[in-house]
Amino acid sequence: MTKSNAMLIVRNMIISALLLGLFAISGTAIVAYTFDKTKLRIAENERGTIVKSLHALINPNEHDNDLYADVIQVRNEALLGVDEPINVYRARMKNQPVAAIINSSSPEGYSGNIDLLVAIQVDGTLAGVRVVRHRETPGLGDGIDIERSNWILGFNGKSLTNPNEKSWRVKRDGGAFDQMTGATITPRAIIKAVKKTLRYYADNKKMLFETPAIKAKTKDKT
Amino acid sequence: MSSYQQTIRDGMWNNNVAFVQLLGLCPLLAVSNTVINALGLGLATTLTLVATNVIVSMIRNIVRPEIRIPVFVLIIASVVTAIELAMNAWFHELYKILGIFIPLIVTNCSIIARAEAFASRNNVGLSFIDGLFMGLGFTAVLVLLGAMREGLGFGTLLSQAHLMFGEGARGMTIVLFEDYKGFLLAILPPGAFLGLGLLIALKNVIDKRAVENKTSAIHNQATAIS
Repeated sequence: MTKSNAMLIVRNMIISALLLGLFAISGTAIVAYTFDKTKLRIAENERGTIVKSLHALINPNEHDNDLYADVIQVRNEALLGVDEPINVYRARMKNQPVAAIINSSSPEGYSGNIDLLVAIQVDGTLAGVRVVRHRETPGLGDGIDIERSNWILGFNGKSLTNPNEKSWRVKRDGGAFDQMTGATITPRAIIKAVKKTLRYYADNKKMLFETPAIKAKTKDKT
Repeated sequence: MSSYQQTIRDGMWNNNVAFVQLLGLCPLLAVSNTVINALGLGLATTLTLVATNVIVSMIRNIVRPEIRIPVFVLIIASVVTAIELAMNAWFHELYKILGIFIPLIVTNCSIIARAEAFASRNNVGLSFIDGLFMGLGFTAVLVLLGAMREGLGFGTLLSQAHLMFGEGARGMTIVLFEDYKGFLLAILPPGAFLGLGLLIALKNVIDKRAVENKTSAIHNQATAIS
């Protein structure tokens, strides 16, 4: 290969690389611009989604604090399902605790984790439970979703003593909760997870309401 | 026939991305469980195809052949990221349902295939039309499959229309069968494969009939002349 030939190859390489670099910069510019224009709206949407799902459980008239901001993160794999920080939202009225909403999870779903919002009133009774994310079989296990059936409303007003400890299972297993046609594993997983979340609340009630809210809130699963 | 009409016919029928090229089947099969999901992903893909086709066509004379694939990939990835952010901002709930399939548009092979096979060789206008109708052809198949699966699986059509058209669209849902227990097979992945297979078979039957009619017409003409 002659010297001028090698020079030509190097020259072409540099031109191609510069051209590619130019496109990389333009591409990044498009993304950066869109990111900047949508940033606020996306944050607002995420906040809106969380507040909406919390308000499905806690009546907005029953608290006067900012649910989205009054949040702490706790960790307890044995009772909250996963070895990750779990968000706990606190509802208060005139600085008195009203309820805690725990974003716990069940690792025992038929297909991956089932993420829950468990709202517990200060006296330990359930204000309600919602499934926020699941991958259960459509048409069978997805009856846990409020969009598909009212099964999940069966938890309203329940507590660790109502029904008693042994009755925290589906009727087929001798418990107090309705079963779901075609799904056995899914309702069992949820009943168990809700019960464990109630247990966690009972054990940590004071800490849950007294820990100051975290300032820099990390992204969560809801 | 002008080449614009030809491009439109190719996109919608003769060279349909999903029916004939069989490209982009992963999102097609995964997101066609309801009409609204199908429509959401179809339109996002169409938007991507139009944008990338136009950009690729505009720069087709600047880009050197040896770096064209990396450049196309860069353009596609940037456009899809921008669309993903925009959907997150304006169609938040639909975005959450479609989830991973929006960023996965980057890897939808029909997009780089159109950039390479069409947009890098044709002018901007034609590339725009190609992107638009290839996308709409893909959307049409998605929606058709979505309607089949949702209708059979849940007994409804257009459920959760509010995710796309706002709260006023809640009434758009059509209930086909009252008190329907659901047909699981249609909603699960095998339903997508079976449905797509049936649709492709149907297209082939229609094409075959059309060819037979044409040849018999020519045949009749020939006998009439002789």
